[in-house]
Amino acid sequence: MRSYLRPYAGKLVLIWTSALLSIGASIAFPLVGEAVIDGPVSRDDPAGLLPLALLAVGVGVAEAVLIFTRRWMLVGPVLGLETKIRDDLYEHLQRLPMRFHGEWQSGQLLSRATTDLSMLRRFLGFGLLFLFMSVIQIAVVTGVLLSKYWPLGLLVLGSAIPIVLLSLKFEKQYIKVSRQVQDEQGDLATLVEESALGIRTIKAFGRAKHVFGTYDDSATQLHASTMQRVRLSAKFWTFLEVIPNVTLALVLLIGAWAVGTGAITLGALLAFTTLMLSLVWPISALGFLIAMAQEAMTSADRVMEVMDTPPSIVDGSGTVAEPRGHLRLEGVGFAYDDKRLLHDVWLDVRPGETVALVGATGSGKTTLTALVPRLLDVTEGRVTVDGHDVRDLRLSALREIVATAFEEPTLFSMSVRENLTLGNKEATDEELESAIQTAQAGFVHDLPWGLDTRIGEQGMSLSGGQRQRLALARAVLSKPKILVLDDTLSALDVETEALVEEALKHVLRDATGIVVAHRASTVLLADKVALLQDGTITHVGTHQELLETVPQYRELLAAEEVLA
Amino acid sequence: MSVQATDWRGVAAENQDDLDEKVSILLRKRSRRLLADLIGPRRRSIYLLITMIVISNAARLSIPLLVAYGIDQGIPPMTRGEGPRTLIIAVTSILAAAGVQAYTRQYFLKLSGRIGQDILLELRRRVFAHFQKLSLSFHEKYTSGRVISRLTSDVEAIAELLQQGFDGLVTAVLTMFGTAALLVVMDVHLGLVALLPLPILLLFTRWFRNQSTIAYRRTRETVALVIVHFVESMTGIRAVQAFRREPRNQEIFGKLNDDYRDANARGMQLIAIFMPGIKLLGNLTIAGVLIYGGYLVLQGELMVGVLTGFLLYLRQFYEPMQEISQFYNTLQSAGAALEKLSGVLEEEPAVAEPSAPAALPRPKGQVRFDQVRFAYVEDRPILPGLDLTVPAGQTIALVGSTGAGKTTLAKLISRFYDPTEGRVLLDGVDLRDLEEGTLRRAVVMVTQENFLFSGTVADNIRFGKPEATIDEVRQAAEAIGAHDFIVDLPDGYDTEVGKRGGHMSAGQRQLVAFARAFLADPAVLILDEATSSLDVPSERLVQRALRTILADRTALIIAHRLSTVEIADRVLVMEHGQIVEDGPPGELIGSDGRFAGLHRAWLESLA
Repeated sequence: MRSYLRPYAGKLVLIWTSALLSIGASIAFPLVGEAVIDGPVSRDDPAGLLPLALLAVGVGVAEAVLIFTRRWMLVGPVLGLETKIRDDLYEHLQRLPMRFHGEWQSGQLLSRATTDLSMLRRFLGFGLLFLFMSVIQIAVVTGVLLSKYWPLGLLVLGSAIPIVLLSLKFEKQYIKVSRQVQDEQGDLATLVEESALGIRTIKAFGRAKHVFGTYDDSATQLHASTMQRVRLSAKFWTFLEVIPNVTLALVLLIGAWAVGTGAITLGALLAFTTLMLSLVWPISALGFLIAMAQEAMTSADRVMEVMDTPPSIVDGSGTVAEPRGHLRLEGVGFAYDDKRLLHDVWLDVRPGETVALVGATGSGKTTLTALVPRLLDVTEGRVTVDGHDVRDLRLSALREIVATAFEEPTLFSMSVRENLTLGNKEATDEELESAIQTAQAGFVHDLPWGLDTRIGEQGMSLSGGQRQRLALARAVLSKPKILVLDDTLSALDVETEALVEEALKHVLRDATGIVVAHRASTVLLADKVALLQDGTITHVGTHQELLETVPQYRELLAAEEVLA
Repeated sequence: MSVQATDWRGVAAENQDDLDEKVSILLRKRSRRLLADLIGPRRRSIYLLITMIVISNAARLSIPLLVAYGIDQGIPPMTRGEGPRTLIIAVTSILAAAGVQAYTRQYFLKLSGRIGQDILLELRRRVFAHFQKLSLSFHEKYTSGRVISRLTSDVEAIAELLQQGFDGLVTAVLTMFGTAALLVVMDVHLGLVALLPLPILLLFTRWFRNQSTIAYRRTRETVALVIVHFVESMTGIRAVQAFRREPRNQEIFGKLNDDYRDANARGMQLIAIFMPGIKLLGNLTIAGVLIYGGYLVLQGELMVGVLTGFLLYLRQFYEPMQEISQFYNTLQSAGAALEKLSGVLEEEPAVAEPSAPAALPRPKGQVRFDQVRFAYVEDRPILPGLDLTVPAGQTIALVGSTGAGKTTLAKLISRFYDPTEGRVLLDGVDLRDLEEGTLRRAVVMVTQENFLFSGTVADNIRFGKPEATIDEVRQAAEAIGAHDFIVDLPDGYDTEVGKRGGHMSAGQRQLVAFARAFLADPAVLILDEATSSLDVPSERLVQRALRTILADRTALIIAHRLSTVEIADRVLVMEHGQIVEDGPPGELIGSDGRFAGLHRAWLESLA
């Protein structure tokens, strides 16, 4: 936090100075009033009225100017801080590996980047300063009161004791309830997310009532917790307002007696009560400010929780001068939560060669392909590209060599062009066109604004097959030395698939290929086949060889029962 | 070619959330209706609330008055040795007022909290239920992101208003009017002088309000872009990392984040001008009153106590103005949120529930298309006019190239859409006459999108039949061939599926989805590309299972892989929304038609 504030050190000093001075002005203002009433007005001295009145005007103007200075100056640092943390959070999240993202709902991350950070902004820009100003104002005013007439000042000071005690107690309870409310809000948001994304399934089974029931329970629970919070703060806030009022009554009582005995003047008592009244707001604001500070702490914790997660996949330093795309898996194993998904995987794919990865559902094919661009890191053995352990390479260098087309393609709310050039910003129009042709994605030209059409969540929606073809074009366009196709063609109809495969043959001639395949037609893209069983590669050979010699392979691929 | 920093988003149709001025007036009426609807039943509580807050504020405002009274009227008698009677009355009154204020204020805070939270809960329920009621056609256009933001950020905007705005605003407004009235009552002459700067105050406030509306709108626009970009980066992180997208993303995000910062800065600067401005006006007024009032006292036309009372109240008069402006943004965002929510609530489901639903106690599963015409967009019909009868129990394979209308046909049977013309009948009953519950028990569709809800595997299989026992769940999984992989999971059927089923492969998710459909036991089962993610052995298992599963029910299978066709009694080949071939598979293969060609191509792809 400190490092975020450093660039604004000068401004911060100015802000705090003007804040302190403005407190001084706000205290001085009623004192001038007192002087007017006690002096010229009581002494019947019209000549003395004007200078003091002008002083009142001066102090009043100064107060406003100081407030302006403070607020205006605060804009830069507070927003700079918020923006910088958000940038850093985003950068950090982009570095965190797939494993992290698999466990965190994006809604949870979003609430940290938006709600929590603006909570911090509000606290730093308003709450913190007011909290300190309130405390200082209370302290200074109490000091002034003490100096004016100490018995009364002592009384005011004494009234702070129950306030402090109660604040501490309240704070503890409030943290608990507040965190509960925040968590329940998160749960509710997750339910909303699922109900929106799973709407087809819900509709297909007519389960709207059931889903509503779950949501309703959760919302009712949130309602109950929030009410608990409301009751708690209602009690506390009221208490904070009662105490100064009761003190005021006592001050009046004792003050009157003091005036009677001549210990203080009427004007002094007047100023005394005026100052006391000026304490009512800062004291009652304490409750709200403490609650705000609490929530800001919780928010900061939630942000730091993410920021403190170290990226488990760290950048290497090496590069490959002239990558050829020689991929080797040497005794590779991968375990997830103590569950071994892959072990003793050995595979050598020479530059330009294409290997089809065949295996039953859940045999670890996708995991294996994710190890190459280091979306996951091996837990045993090593993966090398042109003889370099991938962990020694710079991630950017490695991922320039390896490109993957996923089965479930991700499109962003951006233009088609931006989506396609994801991995190759410098692609020329010709390259773009050729990638589109390879993936049979010519439909993009028929979109309302062609390549500039926005697609994705906020734009045109595309069918599963269209999305897959765009993902394929994207992978092809980045001109990788190693191209990974993770069952990329599953949503295509037979005719399109045949066309795409024909075109892919040309692409794969220049690149090393890993093709996850369920169908014989896809396997034929490859020079050889690796059979993945129970987490390891058991057989490597050509399609024909494996068909003839390995029964399990026959089982897997020749099994599409042909219509008689 | 390089991509500019600004044109990455591309072009899209106007966002429905952006409303121009004319529309927004109409919408305000709509929001007011919703508001009245929510508040109406709570009218009595709200009257009580207003009573409480008026009492509370009256008590609060009376305290300085009582203090002034105590000083002016209570102390002089004492110095004259006449006893503290008046003073004690004043002090007791102050204590009483403090007590009344505390009681009423606490009551108010709790009650307003309750009313606010009740309204919020009802709003959440209504909007959620309404989204569930709206048809798929709506959801396809509206997109899940907007649904989520309606139910989260918009509802929260209203929550914020209810939580703090209500309290602050009502108190502030009452304080201002109360104080103004008191000033005039205490001394008409000085009171009016004190209120002299009021027009300036109002003009200044109006300027601030207008500026802040603009600034606020800009903040909403910029934050929306930040959110979209953030969420998409995180949900698509795999592609982001695999394609080294991070630097470009950072660049785009940085730009959006800066825009958001600038918009926020404008808002904060406006407040930085407004707040001290109000303060300045307040202080100058007080100084003016001090001079003029001092003069009046010197002339013997005013009591000292009245002047001090004035000084106290004038402070109170200007403070709330700052509060009101603070809450103005909250109020605005709640207003905007209410507009959007009321818009959603007014949306009618395109697929409406029947007013007089027909009964279908035992669906047999006969499906009939009677002169069905369907178009998503006017004059571009997907189905120009379809007649088809599927006898109960028949298994149909639907074949044809992409865009031929196969999925549309399936969606019409599931009543995700209603036909533009003609009727779709189940056992002779128009689908539009069936209640949703009845229809969904009879017809279930499985697609290649296999959404799993967070929860256990068993919960997900049970989704279509929540009362199913674990044995029934297991049987369904066994029948479909999913049992083996499920028991291999860390906790078997009790394994959490993770975020959207992330702990499983696409094929495994599909098997779970199959088991789910099977357990729901519908009379009509529709499989739209439901086996595309399965490997061959799994697919074969599913197909074997299908033979028994489909034996006694109507089924409609859409598949690119013709292997599925084998189990069909009848094949329909579709082309441009029309059925061009219709017959048993064996017969069609023997002929020289479209299907025979497709079948040959498929055989070749098996190699």
